[in-house]
Amino acid sequence: MSLIEFSLSSYNEVLKNLIRHVELVGISILLGILISIPLGIFLTRHKRMAGLVLALAGTIQTIPGLVMLGFALILIGIGMLPAIAVLTLYAILPILRNTYTGITEVDKSYTEASRGIGMTNMQTLFKVEIPIALPTIITGIRLSTVYIVSWATLAGLIGAGGLGDLIWTGLSTYNTNYILAGAIPSAILALILNGLIGLLEKILTPRGLRGSRV
Amino acid sequence: MIKFENISKSYGQTAILKNISFEIKQGEFVVLIGPSGCGKTTTLKTINRLIEPNDGKIFINGKDITKENPVELRRTIGYVIQQIGLFPNMTVEQNISVVPRLLKYPKQKCKEIVQDLLKLVDMPYEENAHKYPSELSGGQQQRIGVLRALAASPPIILMDEPFGALDPLTRDTLQEEIKQIQKKLKKTIVFVTHDMDEALSLADTIIFMDKGKIIQMASPEEMLQNPGAPIIKSFLSKQIDNGSNGNGSQKLFAEDFMRTKVLKVPKTSRTLECIKLMSSRDVNSLVVINEDDTYLGTVTIEKIKEQGQPGKEIADLVTAEVITVGRKEAAQVAFDKLLSSESSYVIVLNDNQTVAGLITRTSMAKALGEALWGEVQ
Repeated sequence: MSLIEFSLSSYNEVLKNLIRHVELVGISILLGILISIPLGIFLTRHKRMAGLVLALAGTIQTIPGLVMLGFALILIGIGMLPAIAVLTLYAILPILRNTYTGITEVDKSYTEASRGIGMTNMQTLFKVEIPIALPTIITGIRLSTVYIVSWATLAGLIGAGGLGDLIWTGLSTYNTNYILAGAIPSAILALILNGLIGLLEKILTPRGLRGSRV
Repeated sequence: MIKFENISKSYGQTAILKNISFEIKQGEFVVLIGPSGCGKTTTLKTINRLIEPNDGKIFINGKDITKENPVELRRTIGYVIQQIGLFPNMTVEQNISVVPRLLKYPKQKCKEIVQDLLKLVDMPYEENAHKYPSELSGGQQQRIGVLRALAASPPIILMDEPFGALDPLTRDTLQEEIKQIQKKLKKTIVFVTHDMDEALSLADTIIFMDKGKIIQMASPEEMLQNPGAPIIKSFLSKQIDNGSNGNGSQKLFAEDFMRTKVLKVPKTSRTLECIKLMSSRDVNSLVVINEDDTYLGTVTIEKIKEQGQPGKEIADLVTAEVITVGRKEAAQVAFDKLLSSESSYVIVLNDNQTVAGLITRTSMAKALGEALWGEVQ
């Protein structure tokens, strides 16, 4: 059976797993954003803790995904929940780091001006620092998304479904069609999300900041 | 208006300000000057509480500023910084109206404020309001920086070396403009600089600081005649030596003080190219010459805007309002003419009627200082 024939006959199975894959990625990135951006902003206000927290997040990043999934399996059990917990942990670092550096690197002249003309700390944050750091923050989200798409294939191992299911099935039965039916949509998904978020980044970058990053 | 009472500030063991007291009257243009590290910027920043003194009190209109909310206080004091600090994510209009918007002025009022202020610096609303700071020249950016400080009509404006990063020609123009704005709007301005020429040409009162103390507080004339300490003297002459080639005490001519970098255009130039040239160089008038390079007159941006038509030659718009002097005329004569003149400069001509240079009020201030201390060293 060729790959094309296989795809046509297993169309529903591929689609179902693709949707589940998007769910896994979407939820963990969303949670990652909800945790990382406020935490990143908090760290810019408490720089002494920043080194420690960023190092910790960096360490989590170095733990192999399989080990983490194993832990999650033992602690939480099988299904989507442990997979999302693990993927969220991995999504945090790039967003956190980019939020932190993006805001820290906002030129001092802007924050001095904003304080000097009478903005409160919150106004400085929302009217000046976040808009200027936004392109950097979104780049962090883009990086996270692209590699969470590929890491999410591991989630198939603990019964969370997704394109990983097809790949693991293929690997255990020596069926290339299954492997490719999981790998190719996963790669295409990564490319598409990368492009979409890149576009979002362009749209959300204030016109005054396009071209030259300040 | 602003009163300092025994203000001291130190960081750890290092004393930055040592028991400073002085008073600034309403409508006064006060320039703080001194060598780096003298405490002038710190003094400025205590006024809007960006820096809190360890000791002493500051009163604005009789009210102790530590009793006020620092954020509210800053909204009533304009602030201009050297790095300009226009918000790159906001348009010119949004930048200018940022304080009025913080104060929740109605939209219509904010727009009127922006329109009125842009008129003040000859930057048409339609053309400029929707640009971003990155699309403006350095001089234009700092003009907007000044307008941002003026927007909520604060009675006091603080300026921290606002023109330090600009090229000399632009700086002269902006100095002239800020002086005019101050006269027109009757603001109290506290201005920090390390450039004595700038201090001399702007200040009603100069406060000279060194090592956290005030050495002398006097009008520019008085400081020129009576420098209160050797350091002021040397500061003045050092500044002046930097600026020219030291002509000593020989008889001085107009040519000794003119700047030779002059923007000249032939009378056959088109209106649009002149406007472009003026805005790229941040000037509001150009010297116009005939085909044989002789001087014809000057053309101002107002004149072109009022009467010019796109594509037309500027020959008809040229006026001879600006006074000319010969390059061998005595400096004193040239200065008298400049002082009695309406415009901010006089044009120096060669014997064959070609343009040699021009003398601005700043070059005159520089010359005065040099005549007094040229021989000091």
